[in-house]
Amino acid sequence: MFDYTFQWRQALRYVPDLMDGALVTLQIAVLSMLIGGAIGIVLAVGRTAQSPWARWPATAWVELARNTPALFQIYMAHFGLGSFGIYISPYAALLGGIAFNNAGYLAETFRGALRAIPETQTRAARSLGMPPIQAFRLIVVPQMFRIAFLPTTNQMVWAILMTSLGVTVGLSTDLTGVTQDINARTFRTFELFALAAVFYYVIAKVVMLGARLLAWRLFRY
Amino acid sequence: MIEVENVHKSFGALEVLKGVTVTVEKGEVLSVIGGSGSGKSTLLTCINGLETIQKGRILVDGTEVHAKTTDLNKLRRHLGIVFQQFNAFPHLTVMENVTLAPRKVLGMGKTEARDIAVQQLENVGLGDKLDVYPGRLSGGQQQRMAIARALAMSPDYMLLDEVTSALDPQLVGEVLDTLKMLADKGMTMIVVTHEMKFARQVSDRVAYFHKGILAEIGPPEQIFDAPQNAETKTFLSSVG
Ligand SMILES: Nc1ncnc2c1ncn2[C@@H]1O[C@H](COP(=O)(O)OP(=O)(O)OP(=O)(O)O)[C@@H](O)[C@H]1O
Ligand SMILES: [Mg+2]
Repeated sequence: MFDYTFQWRQALRYVPDLMDGALVTLQIAVLSMLIGGAIGIVLAVGRTAQSPWARWPATAWVELARNTPALFQIYMAHFGLGSFGIYISPYAALLGGIAFNNAGYLAETFRGALRAIPETQTRAARSLGMPPIQAFRLIVVPQMFRIAFLPTTNQMVWAILMTSLGVTVGLSTDLTGVTQDINARTFRTFELFALAAVFYYVIAKVVMLGARLLAWRLFRY
Repeated sequence: MIEVENVHKSFGALEVLKGVTVTVEKGEVLSVIGGSGSGKSTLLTCINGLETIQKGRILVDGTEVHAKTTDLNKLRRHLGIVFQQFNAFPHLTVMENVTLAPRKVLGMGKTEARDIAVQQLENVGLGDKLDVYPGRLSGGQQQRMAIARALAMSPDYMLLDEVTSALDPQLVGEVLDTLKMLADKGMTMIVVTHEMKFARQVSDRVAYFHKGILAEIGPPEQIFDAPQNAETKTFLSSVG
């Protein structure tokens, strides 16, 4: 039935290349989380703002990011803008696309966390003479942080997996890109993608484990 | 001295305070009693400026609370307030709950703030809970911690809003004892309470609130033994 012979040894030779790719993947994921997180905070605040000029764009962003395929978001950044003659490199398009997606999801996470802190906490802080910003920073934010921590970690894992979509815009330096490149030369498709899958799995697990350790250190209450 | 002069307060169309006037002298303990929704809590939150008012004025040591020029953050250092619901900061230990405002608001040094906190917490019987998170405390302990937290700011006045009403009956005594101790030390207090026996024991004067109006005010003997106002009589017989 099968006449495919596994050649793991040949595939294993490429582990160092996959390692390089994994670093690029991790870099894109981390950057996209930082950018997405920063924008996510702005969107979360924007969605609760009084002015429709703040609320409307923020809502549109969140709706688009959460209800359209991540692939389209990345595609649009590269080919979509390309149609208008704006060139965005594959790396930047992937990073931008994932950051766009992260921002949408994280905005909802942060908004939920913000709503979960009772108003009475702020009132208690204000009653002790704290100005609004100080009450927010010292009392609300730390409690938000704990509530948002796990969903944010999940988003990080999701961001790592989303980086594999980079091949669709021609990125060849991330884990999937490198794997695809070697595959095109050697045709050891099963072995190479199985190996890459192990890489993704391990990275995701390490991130989750690290987050759990950090949470255990940080949240003693 | 806290002077409340003809204060009107509405939430939307609902008028909650309908011209309240009362003065609390330095060193005095005023208990406020009255039915649910009569505006007792609202009066306290108006005094510390958490709520705005529509008419009248409130003076704390001569400073008008709701004047535009008043620095409320500064004024609130003189007004300790403890709420009905427990308001412990859950992410901070008991010690951190108490030292936070002295350090961040008053700019006190770490050791000084710690010393004050230890003293206040020992006074309310929480000397052995310094490094515990509030989630591990009983309701009574949380409420005593909230009292210590307010006292750590060395306020001139304490506003206490039914601090025992969310507690299991067996925990009420420990909190009331803490308040009695405060009264004995000469702290100026406005105590909203449903504990009539307690009000009779510690108050210099008792004020009866009825539907946003201060219906009757006087020494505890008058209010409890010889109420002048018909509403006061009805209320007191209903609470037994
Ligand atoms: N933030 C608010 N928005 C709208 N209405 C409010 C608000 N706070 C209080 N009220 C209303 O004002 C009225 C007086 O409330 P308040 O809490 O001062 O009463 P209270 O005398 O403290 O009653 P209780 O004994 O039940 O605590 C109530 O009808 C209440 O529903
Ligand atoms: Mg009340």
